Amino acid sequence: MNMQYEKPASVRISEADPNGFFVSGLEYSPPVRGMWNIVHMGMLVPEAHQIYCCAQGCLRGVILTAAEMNTMERLSWISLTEEDMFNGTLEESIVEGTCEILEKLTDKPKMVPLFLSCMHLFAGCDFEGVISDLSARYPDITFVDCYMTPTMRTTISPVAQCSRQLYMGLQPLPRNENSVNIIGCDRPTDPQSELVKIIRGAGLTLRDLPLCESYDDYLQMAESKLNILYLPTAHAAADALEERLGIPQIYVPAHFLFDRITENYRRLCEALAIPCPDFTDACAAADRALRETKSVIGDMPLAIDYTAVTRPFELAQLLCEYGFDVRYIIAEAAGEDSESFLWLRENRPEIVLFSPTNVNMLHQDSQPHEPMLAIGQKAAYYFATDRFVNFVVNGGYYGFAGVQQIAELMTDAFRHPKNRRALLRHKGFGCDSCLLA
Amino acid sequence: MRQVTRIIPCYAADTSGVCSALYELGGMIAVHDASGVNSTYATHDEPRWEQNHAMIYVSGLTELDAILGNDEKYIADVVSAAADQNPAFLAVCGSPMPMMIGVDFDAVAAEIEQRSGIRTFALHTNGMHSYIEGAAEALLAIAEEYVQPASQKIRNGVNILGATPLDSGNMQQIQSIRAWLAENGFSVVSCFAMGDDLQTLGRAAEAAVSLVISQTGLAAAQYFSQRFGIPYVCGVPVGLQFSAQLADALRCAADTGESAYPCAFRSGSGAKTVLIGESISAGSLAAALGMDGTPASVICPLPHDEKSLGAADSGAASEQDIADVLAQMQPETVIADPLYRFILPENARLIELPHYAFSGRCFETKMPDLTAGRFGTWLREVQA
Repeated sequence: MNMQYEKPASVRISEADPNGFFVSGLEYSPPVRGMWNIVHMGMLVPEAHQIYCCAQGCLRGVILTAAEMNTMERLSWISLTEEDMFNGTLEESIVEGTCEILEKLTDKPKMVPLFLSCMHLFAGCDFEGVISDLSARYPDITFVDCYMTPTMRTTISPVAQCSRQLYMGLQPLPRNENSVNIIGCDRPTDPQSELVKIIRGAGLTLRDLPLCESYDDYLQMAESKLNILYLPTAHAAADALEERLGIPQIYVPAHFLFDRITENYRRLCEALAIPCPDFTDACAAADRALRETKSVIGDMPLAIDYTAVTRPFELAQLLCEYGFDVRYIIAEAAGEDSESFLWLRENRPEIVLFSPTNVNMLHQDSQPHEPMLAIGQKAAYYFATDRFVNFVVNGGYYGFAGVQQIAELMTDAFRHPKNRRALLRHKGFGCDSCLLA
Repeated sequence: MRQVTRIIPCYAADTSGVCSALYELGGMIAVHDASGVNSTYATHDEPRWEQNHAMIYVSGLTELDAILGNDEKYIADVVSAAADQNPAFLAVCGSPMPMMIGVDFDAVAAEIEQRSGIRTFALHTNGMHSYIEGAAEALLAIAEEYVQPASQKIRNGVNILGATPLDSGNMQQIQSIRAWLAENGFSVVSCFAMGDDLQTLGRAAEAAVSLVISQTGLAAAQYFSQRFGIPYVCGVPVGLQFSAQLADALRCAADTGESAYPCAFRSGSGAKTVLIGESISAGSLAAALGMDGTPASVICPLPHDEKSLGAADSGAASEQDIADVLAQMQPETVIADPLYRFILPENARLIELPHYAFSGRCFETKMPDLTAGRFGTWLREVQA
């Protein structure tokens, strides 16, 4: 506990405000790179070519993201200068620059996600006019306005915004009653999950951006009769698709508690107008896996972070109910997870919350730590443990099968320590990386 | 358009230059920018980030604070963090958004210094320029603030200026340059800014000469020249012959007080080898190659002093301009960062020389230390 600080980096859950655990301040960036950024997301659209227009300092990160994932041929850029902001050519330079890039490409892309910056928005750039002009010049290419605007992150998070915009290329199609989408994920949902089995078991075609192999596959998503989302960052995308294409949505959050999982499936089956399967076996398998994991790792303390799962407090509640010693949680706020946060505050008041970015986390990794098992990359880094479960944003795991697999991954992490540094520095978990060459 | 790039990266920006230059000095650097933006520097521009902690943070600027011009939050947050972490100094610098809203960093620094009681510098970055400008301003600021007049001079004492991993990606290189100086009878007084603390840097005026190993060190060198009469020599000791010439140039400068640019030395004509990179590093390599019988030219896409380049060298900076110059030069061999491979003439052979300020950590395990005789060994290996 670092209570001597003006802005402490940790707080007991019993004393934490669910709306925000820590006072804001300067921010530290730990060397943990598994979370995806807008470049990784943009690469999900097949046959698309991303173009970024912004200042050199902002360009650097996106370009080297593409370089590290060996996809430089799918990204170009236009640098923004001081003069561009004041000489009246802001829109013209974007249009002319984009055209110049397109003329240099041997194969014309099907879609161009065109990213503008905070500066363009503050300067009142006519982005609609830019897109309109480009669309007129290249009628065979779909131009989509995209945003690298981290200054505006409190209005809408960059991931949520990018997720929304990447579906803007979809155009209305006749409704296909045998097709449904999963929306807003950066990796396929585990095919062993009950979610996928329910959809496919009903004879429905499951469409999902990470599963698209061609731009035509992507366009076919517009025909689906229902958008299913389970990540909080997918709301904006689902809302836009409902408004623009009339596709209804159902939010089935990535729960861990068994009764909530069951309720998700009941609602999903109702929306799909299909009978709800019996989950007794799946539930028992998850229960068995958790008990087996507990018997293996015993009383080893656990640390969980928000990059691993979208509901870290709910996962912590589940694990506490099975007797695990959840000691630390890294997160900034409870958000949608406030119900489990309140349960933990009542039942596990000794749990300590840590800030992911507080400046006083700078030396957290070099503090003396007891042997620990971490779920998530930031937890692994800050608590300096090689015993960690390595995935981000739920890793595609979902439902009872997801709980079972996370439990098995915990057992594996306990038995087989990992090369922490090598895994944590890999930018974009699951993406190709030249660092692995 | 000169601002358009189809495929190659851009160089590290001025904010990264500031952070890189000040990394090892025990100060706190607070970049005024949006949340998460510091991961670009920490991931791609700073090889020390994973092993050696430094107090380099971002303000987490929000839309509301930008619109309202709420500088107070930034000021208060820096003062608070400084109270928690007790840095040796504070440095504040900006990114594109603070430029848009006209943040007065000099005033911000003065306010922070008054409240915190800690010496605070304003560095005038906006994320729209290269690391050269940022690092140069930062090293100059340290020189101006901490270097005191010397009570005695150290004969053969040398300052190494312009040392950052952005140009010296192989972390052994600075040690090798120190060793090379020692082998040639020099004594290293200070190294701006790798491997020495503020106290050691403060003794820089005791040196007889400065060795400028990248453009990032030139402003500090010129300051030492004007303020303390210390001449400077621009060059990196690569290759046996060029290194010997560089050592002679250092001795000569120390004796005469005249500064020199051996990195601009070119021999032979009709160069069929082209180097792309930072002016003093690439220029030194070109000079070394020329001395070994392989005339070479330089394309320097970064800010540079004209004196650092040879008459036939180029300052082409944009992707198209570099491609056009290469097409005109028709080189048989290009020595450059591997990510330049996309724009080389069809028949040119690429010898890969990774540059951290360009490709970041993509080729971090392939960064050679080319000091003195190692250059010849490396060249033979890559040409084999």
